[in-house]
Amino acid sequence: MNSGDPRNVPRREAARLVAGKGRYTDDIDAGDVGHIAFVRSPYPHARIDRMNCDAARVAPGVIAVITADDLSAVCKPWETRLALLPTHLSPEQIPLARDEACWQGEAVVAIVAKTRAQAEDACERVEIDWTELPAIADLDSAAAEDAPPVKSGMPNNLGLDHGISTGDPDAAFRDAAAVVEHDFTFSRQTGVTLEPRTILASFDPRVRELVVQHSHQAPHQMREVFSAQLGLPLSAVRVVAPDVGGAFGMKLCAYPDEMAVAAIAVLLGRPVKFCADRLESFVSDNHAREARVRGRLAVDTDGKLLAMDVAVLSGFGAYASHPRGSAGEGLQAVHMIAAPYQLAHYRGRVRGYFQNKVPSGILRAVGQPLACTVTEQLLDLAARKIGLDPADFRRRNYTDADDKPARSAAGIVLSQLSLRRCHDRLLALMNYDGLRRRQTELRKEKCYRGIGFAAFIEQTGVGPQLYGPQNVRVSAQEACRLTVEADGRVRCATSVTDQGQGTRTGLLQILAQELGVAPDTIEIVTGDTQVTPLGGGAWASRGVALGGEATLRAARRLKSNVLTIAGSLLQADPASLQLQGGVVCNAAGLAQMSLADIATTVGFRSHLIPLDDIPDLEVVESFAPRNTPYIAANGIQAAHVEVDPELGTIRVLDFWVVDDCGRVINPMLVDEQIRGGVVQGIGAALYEQCIYGADGQLENGSLADYLVPMAGEMPDIRIAHVETPTAMTTLGARGVGEAGTVGAAAAIWTAVNDALVPLGATVTEQPFTPEHVLDRLALAGDQPRPT
Amino acid sequence: MSERHSITLTLNGTVISAKVDARTHLADFLRQHLRLTGTHIGCEHGVCGACNVMLDGRSARSCLMLAVQADGAVIETVEGLTASGIIADLQQEFVARNALQCGYCTPGILMTATELLSRTQPNRAEIRDALSGNYCRCTGYHAIVDAIEAIATRRAEAAS
Repeated sequence: MNSGDPRNVPRREAARLVAGKGRYTDDIDAGDVGHIAFVRSPYPHARIDRMNCDAARVAPGVIAVITADDLSAVCKPWETRLALLPTHLSPEQIPLARDEACWQGEAVVAIVAKTRAQAEDACERVEIDWTELPAIADLDSAAAEDAPPVKSGMPNNLGLDHGISTGDPDAAFRDAAAVVEHDFTFSRQTGVTLEPRTILASFDPRVRELVVQHSHQAPHQMREVFSAQLGLPLSAVRVVAPDVGGAFGMKLCAYPDEMAVAAIAVLLGRPVKFCADRLESFVSDNHAREARVRGRLAVDTDGKLLAMDVAVLSGFGAYASHPRGSAGEGLQAVHMIAAPYQLAHYRGRVRGYFQNKVPSGILRAVGQPLACTVTEQLLDLAARKIGLDPADFRRRNYTDADDKPARSAAGIVLSQLSLRRCHDRLLALMNYDGLRRRQTELRKEKCYRGIGFAAFIEQTGVGPQLYGPQNVRVSAQEACRLTVEADGRVRCATSVTDQGQGTRTGLLQILAQELGVAPDTIEIVTGDTQVTPLGGGAWASRGVALGGEATLRAARRLKSNVLTIAGSLLQADPASLQLQGGVVCNAAGLAQMSLADIATTVGFRSHLIPLDDIPDLEVVESFAPRNTPYIAANGIQAAHVEVDPELGTIRVLDFWVVDDCGRVINPMLVDEQIRGGVVQGIGAALYEQCIYGADGQLENGSLADYLVPMAGEMPDIRIAHVETPTAMTTLGARGVGEAGTVGAAAAIWTAVNDALVPLGATVTEQPFTPEHVLDRLALAGDQPRPT
Repeated sequence: MSERHSITLTLNGTVISAKVDARTHLADFLRQHLRLTGTHIGCEHGVCGACNVMLDGRSARSCLMLAVQADGAVIETVEGLTASGIIADLQQEFVARNALQCGYCTPGILMTATELLSRTQPNRAEIRDALSGNYCRCTGYHAIVDAIEAIATRRAEAAS
């Protein structure tokens, strides 16, 4: 806690949440709600030969048994298409599988009953005759020339083949002083929000209106989706996101089972609810990250990066995630390579394949952690090879985008960065020289500690250039509607959503300052499509960067309107008036009238206002970055670890981050965003993986078997800031939501491999299980060690 | 279907009686029958700690316990602890330090912290150890440890 900093305003909703007064979707009462449980495919790939639901229909408490055919009357099929990536062709989807299930966990039958327990009981009475079909699990099987298709009728399993080339990488590799290469395996992960996916849908057949309470990050996107698939006008669909118990990108897509819930509400004309249990979460929440990468780096004798060559294999699961697709992870993995560094020659290629596994999709930082890991690990190998200190090596190679706009070798747009300043700050923060000395001493005692760096670029505040050209109907603007109520309080309805990041509080602080009103007279309303203007919600680190800018602009316009009205009432020049603490003051600073006085006059006695046109006390402003695809932020992270070569275990001793997210509105909330992101990155590097058998069965679908970071194994995380406001907005804030996750896994990779240097080993597979560490040490033991 | 049982327990200071299905676990009983939605369900196999309640003065997983097993017990949920004011300092510290983001794990963590602080003045390592039965996906734990440590110190100072 940065105690004493007046910017560290606590979150208003936090007081409610610590008292157990959260209002998550499952906490909402709905009259006569039907509870839904799904019969899911037990096979990764199987044909449905026959289905008998008779016994389920007469089970106690059952209201309805719903199959694919029932829903076809109310829900259209959908295809996930990205206009610029025609190979990312996903087969047509419907809410419940009809003839063929393509992953273990795909929903097939929905049972609606008076209680969830009764619905689950009835699920056991559904009889399905299955014929197992060949299942594609691992990437090599998916890529094999004679691979059977993941779904019948698909020409092959290739879903993405994309390349980029800059300069002349072949010549650069040929002429290089040193070349290093490394293989990387990134295991599948999933978001593991503690609140599982939950949806409560109500349809009123009298007026044909659908209201969906949805644990989701992007209610306006879901309104589009429900409207399109259920054939309802947008104005007849209302999506509301109440308190959301964790999201991390996982709650950003349109899940088939959730589409089924909305469709069932329409079909039955009554409220229905689905809340995933933990096993269902593991087999139906989007997975992410699965990839294999081979990377090469060439450097010259002066320690300058010359060229990189990176080949990525990315795993998609059975369908492209709707509506954003599943290509982002692989695309970011090749395009964010070497983003913080000067590099003249680059070749990147990504191929992505469909598999008979849970569909892959968005998870915090999409692909950026992969690119960061590959880049940073290769840099360390090169530094070691040419005998340079890894920190010094990085500093020599940072991009020059501090002062002038630049593009990375892979095309990333950079401006107003601060990599060298962040770097210098980090080395001081961590006492780098002292740590290195201690590391050397401890090695003599056979204690293996490692220090790892990860410089990173974070794409924040992503604008319409990402999904717009793909013809994907995802809003990239953020918008703010400000209203002065007749009691003088200010209502801010924002398109931004908040799952605990603290965005609401950031907006409140911006608003209070810009408008000149007391924070406790402001209400921030989020997550309800009926009330909030169209906008993105929460994705790609946009809440304060874009939503804050819209809020600032709206506040300035509203203030101007207020002062215009006040000026006419006071017969004063509006420019001579000030709004302070919700009160209009004259040039001498004396209070003249309150915001409530003005709002009351406008609302009920407007005949007293001597203006032809009275400016509105309700204004809407939206903002999207249109001249840049995103606002890049930057920073650097460092990890200090200790590896036990006997046990293969890794302890994280310390962790540091220096981040530049531009103007910081609330340092406490920013620090907590970074810390949470870092721990998710540490989890990726050390613990988290969805383990599949060769047959496509998920083998660890419980929280006892899928490991996530626990308090006891996490370090304190020290954070410092460099503040370089972006000129892309008036506000100057960049995003920060993904910063920690972009670089943390990379810092663990480089730290662990630094620790292993005296033992001649490197790790190559994330997560670094003790088994993997011991395997790599055993392999190294059979080979000559470097001097 | 399962047989129904009559149970009587002290819940948040009040003696209550209810009829419950034998298979209903305590978390479902609290949430669905009594509408005490501050107790959250995260995994239903006793790993994540989101459903922790106080059972006879100690923290316990309400998802691993059947409602019938609570017969005769003294149970306190976050609603009860809040109403009694006995963890108000801890709750205020969580808010002040932003030791929660989505808040879903927080009631369970408050139970663990309540038990821990009732028997010792823990240091950071002990706090982290005690918290290892409570998953938090948002915060990275650092601020939670800070908040509990601050209250441990403050309570010790007040007691001396």
